Amino acid sequence: MSEATAPAKSPSEGLFSKKNRKLITDPLNDSNPITVQVLGICSALAVTVKLDNSVVMAASVTAVTIMGNFFMSLMRNIVPNRIRIIVQLVVVAWLVIIVDQVLKAYVYDVSKSLSVFVGLIITNCIIMGRIEAFALGNKPGPSILDGLGNGIGYGIILIFLGIVRELFGSGKLWNAQVLPANWIYSMDNPDGWYVLNNFMIMPPMALILVGLYIWAQRARNTKLIEAH
Amino acid sequence: MAINKDSNAYTIIFAIAMCVVVGTSLVIVSQTLKPVQEKNVMNDKKQNILAAIQVEATLQDAGTKFEQYVKDAVILDANSQAVEVKTDVIAEALTINALSEFKDKPATDRRYPLFICEKDGSRFFVMPVGGQGLWAGVWGYVAVGEDLNTIAGASFDHKSETPGLGAEIATPFFETQFTGKKIHDDNGEFVSIRVVKPGGPKSDHAVDGISGGTFTSVGVDEMLMRCMSIYSKYFKTMSKSTALN
Repeated sequence: MSEATAPAKSPSEGLFSKKNRKLITDPLNDSNPITVQVLGICSALAVTVKLDNSVVMAASVTAVTIMGNFFMSLMRNIVPNRIRIIVQLVVVAWLVIIVDQVLKAYVYDVSKSLSVFVGLIITNCIIMGRIEAFALGNKPGPSILDGLGNGIGYGIILIFLGIVRELFGSGKLWNAQVLPANWIYSMDNPDGWYVLNNFMIMPPMALILVGLYIWAQRARNTKLIEAH
Repeated sequence: MAINKDSNAYTIIFAIAMCVVVGTSLVIVSQTLKPVQEKNVMNDKKQNILAAIQVEATLQDAGTKFEQYVKDAVILDANSQAVEVKTDVIAEALTINALSEFKDKPATDRRYPLFICEKDGSRFFVMPVGGQGLWAGVWGYVAVGEDLNTIAGASFDHKSETPGLGAEIATPFFETQFTGKKIHDDNGEFVSIRVVKPGGPKSDHAVDGISGGTFTSVGVDEMLMRCMSIYSKYFKTMSKSTALN
């Protein structure tokens, strides 16, 4: 189900046909890369302590899935089959290095806190997975949409995690104080009723939150529940 | 197409062509963005130095604020002797990375820059320090006031300490503890600032470490002791000479 490859389309089909729109909407829910395909979990746990990091990571991964799918789809008829995986790896690595360089140049603070995880986008299974499963068998247009859909599907989860973790872990959103400072308990403010939840800041909490998200998603969307 | 895509020749030519295209484009991207990136790294450093003397700066205005507050610099060798610098000494001092001095050089070859700042009419001396945390490097900037003893502020940073534990060294909770501490004892002997287990007796020469971040705390302790001892020796020669006044 999740790895379903759309059959080749007839040339007359519009870019935003129903089938193509599904390429974008499917990964948001029914075949979400993180919560359904369980791909790209590692980075979702590591970079979601703060919302700004989550958003930049989501945008970076989306850019790489779109471009990766696009370039591989363009090359799909000339890539020698025997070195196809290496070619995919090179294209993805090339894109990731470009993203990393751009982040270092234009959003240095964020790039500092994302540290190695930008480089590790290369190892994000979503990207290679979509290239192998979709881009190599489809035209560039639909491949871009598929990349966009999967990037957004990944991004939604990251942003959800970022909001919950930053809000309850630091009382902030996008580095701005959201919970009033006098609510937050500290040595200087013993009257505060909320103790910042340090567990939220630790990676395991992200895993628990992903678990809760999967639970909620399956409760609402019963077709995701596997038959036993 | 008449070309046999499964032939060895095709595969090799494809691979070579791909490497050339990818390699060339990466060189272009890297070279175009390099000046902007280097400026960011420099501004980040300036921001940290300013933080040690309690001047808040953003990445954008760090450059101008740095010029406003930082008046001079000295570069010391491992024997605490000032090294003669022919060019702009502040610029030269900025190029020295305390962390790579520690990691990549034998102790005798290390250089120790010292930034001399002026804020609200008084002088501050900012000492860059670098050492090893739990996972990777830790570094920071410690500022002492005109008495060359009392700490006016400190800022720390790290490469990849554990968030919530070792990474806490880069938060105000840890950094503000340093303000007002003294690096010399009453007899003027260098004692550094020890990072000790939280809950111990209060001292002018110690701050509370991070519970659960013991290795990082020990790393910070070691780094302060090692680096500041060099500066301390220099401070002694400085306070003797009248050149300072």
